[in-house]
Parts: sequence; structure tokens; C-alpha cells
Amino acid sequence: MSNYQLCGEAVSKNFGRRLIFQNLNFRFTGSGVYGISGPNGAGKSTLIKIIAGVNSPSAGKIIHKIGDKVIIPEKLHNLIGFISPYLVLYEEFSAWENLEFFARIRNIKFDKEKAASLLGDFLLYDRKDDQVRTYSSGMKQRMKFIFALMHSPELLLLDEPTSNLDDEGKNTVYKMIERVSSERIVIIASNERTDIALCTETIMLAKF
Amino acid sequence: MHSKAFALFLKDFRSELRTRYAVNSLAMFILVAISVILFSIGQEKIPQSLTGGLFWVVIFFSAMSGLARAFVSEEERGTTLTLQLIASPSTIFTGKLLFNLILVFLMNIVIAVLYSALFDEFVIRSFYLFVLTFVLSNFGLAISSTIIAAIISKAGSKGTLYPVLSFPILLPLILTSVQLTSNCMVGTSFAESKVDLAVIVCYDVIMLTASYMLFDFIWKD
Repeated sequence: MSNYQLCGEAVSKNFGRRLIFQNLNFRFTGSGVYGISGPNGAGKSTLIKIIAGVNSPSAGKIIHKIGDKVIIPEKLHNLIGFISPYLVLYEEFSAWENLEFFARIRNIKFDKEKAASLLGDFLLYDRKDDQVRTYSSGMKQRMKFIFALMHSPELLLLDEPTSNLDDEGKNTVYKMIERVSSERIVIIASNERTDIALCTETIMLAKF
Repeated sequence: MHSKAFALFLKDFRSELRTRYAVNSLAMFILVAISVILFSIGQEKIPQSLTGGLFWVVIFFSAMSGLARAFVSEEERGTTLTLQLIASPSTIFTGKLLFNLILVFLMNIVIAVLYSALFDEFVIRSFYLFVLTFVLSNFGLAISSTIIAAIISKAGSKGTLYPVLSFPILLPLILTSVQLTSNCMVGTSFAESKVDLAVIVCYDVIMLTASYMLFDFIWKD
């Protein structure tokens, strides 16, 4: 089990005068699957982006820790795996090239065996040298999981993880979540009942 | 950080080779701008000071047509989030700046060569002063263009906003560069041009420092 800790302290967000959510407090430690749910427009994706450090909260703070050591924002990106419907990979490159570039930019060794194994798990190995632009939406969604898992993140953030996936793809994802969550924290933002059913705790967001 | 920024630069370079986002528009603009000047001058003789000024006009507008692509292409393709998830803001800025630096130098070398070949009046008498002016001005142009590109990439009307926002920011650099280029054509010594050179050095340092300080805020929503 990981000693990763994620704390949200009085987190609020508004866009201009529109309040999205306010005063959220949560604390996730070690491992397990946690959920964020709520109606459309309640701020699920916004909260997950704030947790990832991509957006800033309007008030409050998000603290990421490993043991007692607080992780500085500059180092956060290498500890987080992120999947969302609005995540787009570089379509002019192949899956393999994308993964190689990401490893270099993250300054980690490109693990060819791991890349091949993940591509195999998500049924993309045969298409690894094709440009991402030629993939179907389901294949692109599966590719995002490989992008999120390649650097062995401590925290996995999944925004609508099963969108665009067929039953086979969904089963692969659920198996992956089960495997990863035994050692690390997985947070799912979704409205799908089958996704939320995996979670031990869920933050319910209301629409203001 | 440097190896990460270099990796990002290589990614952009490979991407540019495949998509030709910036190179095509830059090449076309340079060709069109120089042709228009040539046709409008015809057989007329133009003063040396005007030749130097027109040289920087071509550089300014060529930069406006191609340098915004560093960030705008990421925003248009929807890959900004991907970039935010794989690198820190300082790495991203350094990588993009490196890409724009290479692009600015290549673009301006092509412009300078074409200009020298096509305009008889464009004769540089203080060659080393010109090289120094050229290098310092290109640094300033690349730094300013990169940070302005980051700002406008989040805006709706990117195409119009880029030259409008760039003009006041680049004006001190362009004016000083025009003056120094005139000095180079007249044959002024280094000593006589040191104030103008100092202005460009200060501009570069201020823009670089301000850009690194501001980029964090620009990059996050």
C-alpha cells in the first residue's frame, strides 16, 4: 500500500459570479477507489482538474503528500495519472511515439517492455505504429489509459473512464482499477452507476 | 529541467516536420512580403535608412504570422491539457521558447539573405555590429512572441489579438533594432552604438524574467 495522502481543505470554485462548489473537505490515504459524482454541471471535471493541479481553486487548498512530505506543484505531474474525455494525445504521432515522447519530457526512462505490455493489455499492440489520428474513439480512450499508467503514478484520476468503451473495454478498465487500487489511490468522477459502484467513498456534488 | 525542455522542443520539432503548422505560413509570408516591397519600389532608389526599416517590418510581420503557433497549435488540437499533465510550467515555457528561438533565427537568416541578394541598398558596413544586433534582437523577438502566444492561446480571437498585443510590447525592440541596423549600414563603430545595444540587452533580460514569472499564472486557468 502506498503512503500517498490527498487532502482537500475548504475547496471552493467559482467561474466569475457562478459558484460551482464550495467548502469541500476530503482526505484520501493509502489505497482504494474513491468517487466524485453529481449531476451534469456540478463540477466533477473541475474538481478533478483542481486535484490534478491543472486548475486552481478559488478558495481553499489541495495538499498532496507522500508520508509527511508535501509535494510541490512543480513535481506533481509525474505522480499523477489522468484520464478524461477532453484529453487529447498527439494525433500526428503513433501510440509508441507518444509514449516515448511523454517519457522523455517527464525525464523518466522509456520502459519498452512496460509500454508493450500495456499496449497488449488494452488491445492496441498491433496498431502501436499507426498514427493516433487513425484510431477510433474507443481506441483513443484505451490509449489514454496507457498514457496515464506508463509512469506508474501514485494517484490515478479518472474522469468518466468508461465513456466510448464497449463491454470488453469496460471490463479491461474495471480489472485495471481493481489491480491499481489495491496499492494506490484511484479517484473516479462519473455518473455511471457501474463506475461509482466500485468506490468505497463518494463525494456528492450538488448543482448550484 | 533542460533535458525535459529539450525533449519538448524535439517533440515540437518532429510535430512541425509532419504538420508544417508554422513553417509554411512563415515561408509564404516572407516570400509575399519581400515581393510586395520589390514590386512597390520598382526601379526607384530608396534611402538606406528606409531599407533597414523595411527589413524589420518584414521580420515583425513574419513573426506575427508564424510564432504564435507554439501555443495556439496546442490549444487548437486540444493537447494543452496533455502538456499540463506531463511537464511543469517552466519546462513548457523553456521548450516552447527554444522552438521559437530556432524558428526566429532560421526565419530571420532567410530574410537577411534574401534581402541582401535582392536589395542593392542593403549593404552592411559594420558586419560584427550587425551580427550582434541580429542575435540580441532575435532573442528579444522570440521571448516576447512566446509569452504573447501563451497569453493569446486562451483567447477567442487569436489571429487578431496576436499582432495587436505584440505591437506595443515589441515596439521598443523594433525601434532600437531599426536604429542599430541603420548604424550598421552607415558603418558606425561598436562604441557609438553601445547605448542602443544596452537597451536591447535590458529588453531581453526584462522580458525573459517577466515571462518566467508570469507564465505560471497564464498557464493555469
